[in-house]
Amino acid sequence: MQYQSQMVAKPYFIAAIGLFIGQIIFGLIMGWQYVVGDFLFPEIPFNVARMVHTNLLIVWLLFGFMGASYYLVPEESETELYSPKLALALFWIFLVAGALTIVGYLAVPYATLAQVTGNELLPTMGREFLEQPTITKIGIVIVALGFLFNIAMTVLKGRKTTVSLVLLIGLTGLALLFLFSFYNPHNLVLDKMFWWYVVHLWVEGVWELILGAILAFVLIKTTGVDREVIEKWLYVIIAMTLITGILGTGHHFYWIGTPEYWQIIGSVFSALEPIPFFMMTVFAFNMVNQRRREHPNKAAVLWALGTAVMAFLGAGVWGFLHTLSPVNYYTHGSQITAAHGHMAFYGAYVMIVLTIISYAMPMMRGRAAANSEKAQVMEMWSFWLMTVAMVFITLFLTAAGILQIYMQRMGGDAAQPFMVVQENIALFYWLREGAGFVFLTGLILYVVSFFVGGEERKETA
Amino acid sequence: MSGAFTKTMARNIFYGGSAFFIFIFIALTFDTVGALPERDHRENINEQVILGKRVWENNNCVGCHTLMGEGAYFAPELANVYNRFGNSKEAIIGFIKSRPVDGIPGRRSMPQFNLSDEELEGVAEFLKWTSEVDDANWPPNIQG
Repeated sequence: MQYQSQMVAKPYFIAAIGLFIGQIIFGLIMGWQYVVGDFLFPEIPFNVARMVHTNLLIVWLLFGFMGASYYLVPEESETELYSPKLALALFWIFLVAGALTIVGYLAVPYATLAQVTGNELLPTMGREFLEQPTITKIGIVIVALGFLFNIAMTVLKGRKTTVSLVLLIGLTGLALLFLFSFYNPHNLVLDKMFWWYVVHLWVEGVWELILGAILAFVLIKTTGVDREVIEKWLYVIIAMTLITGILGTGHHFYWIGTPEYWQIIGSVFSALEPIPFFMMTVFAFNMVNQRRREHPNKAAVLWALGTAVMAFLGAGVWGFLHTLSPVNYYTHGSQITAAHGHMAFYGAYVMIVLTIISYAMPMMRGRAAANSEKAQVMEMWSFWLMTVAMVFITLFLTAAGILQIYMQRMGGDAAQPFMVVQENIALFYWLREGAGFVFLTGLILYVVSFFVGGEERKETA
Repeated sequence: MSGAFTKTMARNIFYGGSAFFIFIFIALTFDTVGALPERDHRENINEQVILGKRVWENNNCVGCHTLMGEGAYFAPELANVYNRFGNSKEAIIGFIKSRPVDGIPGRRSMPQFNLSDEELEGVAEFLKWTSEVDDANWPPNIQG
């Protein structure tokens, strides 16, 4: 670690991992409710568990992105962070606001939460992933602005690299697009349309810039490949991301009341969205093959390669699977969507945050470059357990989805009602829940690996 | 990627390509917003529909159900529930009202939200209005 102020990333990463654990626990609760319908009813109804599951994911990924920025921007800019104190203050504000929101979800009925937080003044609640009370949303904007200011000032006073510039563009886009969450018209069609300006343009737009920048940073550090080469790749990848991803938004505009021309635009452009992910895979493996050093942190390199592969599979392949409008007509809003969502979020965003944590954490904990052999082996076991478990979760949900579509949406008069079909495919939900417990085992191992000591592993080449 | 293809060229593709597609996207946004009144029947959005949407949001209905395919996949699609229930608002109201407080042993059950008559009427109107939006003939059949 070259700059003292990079240390502020540490609490961000610790909070991220803590919330990640919470997310998985609620995921398992939901998975159980899928097969034992009255589990925890009416104390924690499914909608509450889901809200906690998805909101924790979003918040811990944001913690991860912010931690990553605080860690890598000083190093890229070759200067101390503009204000470590501001970074620390925002950390506590964000953590307390996030915790209070989650407690609110669990402690009182959602309608009460809406009432208590004054949702009537500026109604923004009750929309998927944007369930946060309006005051929490305002808090998120304030934290995001303070964070952006801090990062931008650091970049401005130091060396300007492509990595930090791309990261900054991604983060700025993230903050600006979130403002659409405050637009909630009475007209459901307009509401749905602009809701995607947050959700799609985040995860299939600007978040990919953040992902690309973090991946490029870790590859520069661990492979020793010339920065010029890596940054050229980064530009090409993010160019393809936005060229395909912006109009790719159209794949959400097939069946929500928007004009039919989106079926053509959305199909064509979103069919191209796997390209940047494929390039990312080629990029990551090429750079590691051309490495000029043997970085002692094998686990971080594994996470980086894993990110590239799993993002391509989850976002690229599983996205393509149901993105063409004639296919999507049948798959829309089925378990296929859930399958894609799980692997895409894990592969692209969970894994990139775990990559930067794996790379940065040993140094923030006082080691020269990497953990002991023993700790790394355990971390790599956790990598494989979580990743393989996620592959199986995705496969089981895909199987459930195919059966659901066949029974519920095809077969003419023989088509069966939703709830009947759910019982017919329960076997696959049980299998998914089993894979979920394997995932939890991997996660526990991941946390334990931080407490494994031993002699630090040194550079070998 | 080496030789004649430089980082500057890559950067220019990024900025040029992004700017171009952002521009197209904004233009299409305006075109779509202009075309929506023909499809969403906004003239039918009355006070009840507005109240219904608020009740829908304030009880986080989208946390279990899909509406036009968006939401959670735990409970049935509701964009066509008005049609599935025989074009009957009363059937929708009756269903929501009759949910047992303690659920149904071993099975999924919708919570009892204790909605007022006015709120129930609003939700039913909101779901009826939603069923009438021109959504390119989705879902594929009545089962949603």
